[in-house]
Amino acid sequence: MQNYTSSILDLELVETKTLNAQYVLMKFHHESPLPEMQPGQFIQVRIDGSPNTYLRRPISINFVDREKNLLWLLIQLVGDGTKTLAATPIGTKVNMILPLGNNFSKPELKDTVLLIGGGVGVAPLLMLGKKIKDKGLDVTFLLGARSAKDLLELDEFSKYGQVFTTTEDASAGEKGFVTQHSILTEKTFTRIYTCGPKPMMQAVANYASKKGIECEVSLENSMACGIGACLCCVEDTVDGHVCTCTTGPVFNIKKLKW
Amino acid sequence: MTASGTFGYGEEFTDFMNLARIGGIVVKGTTLRHREGNPYPRMAETPMGMLNAVGLQNRGVHYFAETIYPRIMNIDTNILVNVSGSTIEDYVETAEIIQGLARIPGIELNISCPNVKQGGMAFGTTAEGAARVVEAVRKVYKKHLMVKLSPNVTDITEIARAVEAAGADSVSMINTLLGMAINADKRIPVLSTVTGGLSGACVKPIALRMVWQTSKAIQIPIVGLGGISSATDAIEFLLAGASAIQVGTANFIDPAITPKIADGIVEYCERHGFKSVRELIGALETEGQQPSACLTDQKCS
Repeated sequence: MQNYTSSILDLELVETKTLNAQYVLMKFHHESPLPEMQPGQFIQVRIDGSPNTYLRRPISINFVDREKNLLWLLIQLVGDGTKTLAATPIGTKVNMILPLGNNFSKPELKDTVLLIGGGVGVAPLLMLGKKIKDKGLDVTFLLGARSAKDLLELDEFSKYGQVFTTTEDASAGEKGFVTQHSILTEKTFTRIYTCGPKPMMQAVANYASKKGIECEVSLENSMACGIGACLCCVEDTVDGHVCTCTTGPVFNIKKLKW
Repeated sequence: MTASGTFGYGEEFTDFMNLARIGGIVVKGTTLRHREGNPYPRMAETPMGMLNAVGLQNRGVHYFAETIYPRIMNIDTNILVNVSGSTIEDYVETAEIIQGLARIPGIELNISCPNVKQGGMAFGTTAEGAARVVEAVRKVYKKHLMVKLSPNVTDITEIARAVEAAGADSVSMINTLLGMAINADKRIPVLSTVTGGLSGACVKPIALRMVWQTSKAIQIPIVGLGGISSATDAIEFLLAGASAIQVGTANFIDPAITPKIADGIVEYCERHGFKSVRELIGALETEGQQPSACLTDQKCS
């Protein structure tokens, strides 16, 4: 059973930062203190004004700025819904169900931690990185993308740990995929957290499994409700079909049938 | 009430609303044996709706009776169980087990399931198939028997009359409409099962029409559902002849919608001077309006 309470809240959009043609960072404020939220959890955002967007959109929690009471969401413009959301006028109230889902598990103090992200999948790793650093551990980020322009929030990630990058077109960092980065041969990690395109996470999981490294992934299965009622977002695990919105989105790779 | 498959077992919604505010919940499709359901992907968003191909995933009626029922039996609302099956024997055995649960006043019989012994045709697509299931369950099940009708038929009133004659206490209508979604970029179907059930606001006109037609054909109460997401929608179904309504897909968009709809119905009655919501049932005024006999609006010669 879940160990968090969800609420339906209207948050006010206070800032939208265009990162490039495909990505925006949106910051939302709430008049009361934001609920407790953990790295890995997500939000069901209702998008108004988009005729083809009927259901809410599940979006990872990128960051929570407790001092300013701001929630950050990193949005990739993939379709009508996300494009409409990204174009929301400042000051608009956006309705959200939050927080939802489980969270990345806490590392142990003796762990050497690596956070691997791809594309917009880097989103949940920012808050995770900060939380791990606050616990006194060193954090290493390994972020991959097709091209330099798809590497997101590098300045933010740098605040919490060392950042290594890969790009498929060699426009930044090392050329290739994250699993090909030299840091994996230079340093030994005992715990990996990863989020990004499924083939990337599968490659990371494969690597971690071979090396006997603890590894958690974050899935983004298509969903309708986000609260464990509709049974649409299931992932086939060793425990059968489970909802990625309640038993996930974070899964230990040992649970998956990859 | 809340519709089966959209409200879990009620527990999923306690963060958002007080379950005592609504008339009842219909817990999701329960089968005799554990079912894993269909492979992912199981859903596709469609214009003003969605398709689902969940495949009746549930842990089976024994798990429900032993593990889930004790947890939910004291929820302060009516709890109905949706019963699904592949054979008539499955339906009967499942119904008997649920009958033993004191706090469950009724079941909703899902006859849209394929009859595996008869080539996979859904029980509810023929009057004869529907009647046989209902008769068999009626023989053993003494509490309220609500039968959920499939709209994927030529004449739903025929099925409704058949289940009424077979002993149903009420009918709920409509279940999902058969539909499909295609991913044009990848050139593959979106759903793992290719086709699935359509629900949401887009089905309301069809559901309303079917409720209205059926209200003229049977005497037993009709529970209307199909795209209801507001009090106005609910009232339209009551006017069309429904005695009660269920809210389904709308719960996904606003988990707190059902008490708002209940309040809205009360507010409508006050505003229009109705002393009881019962006065709205079948109160549609159609004097002077003729439903079209032809499928098109052109006059038939």
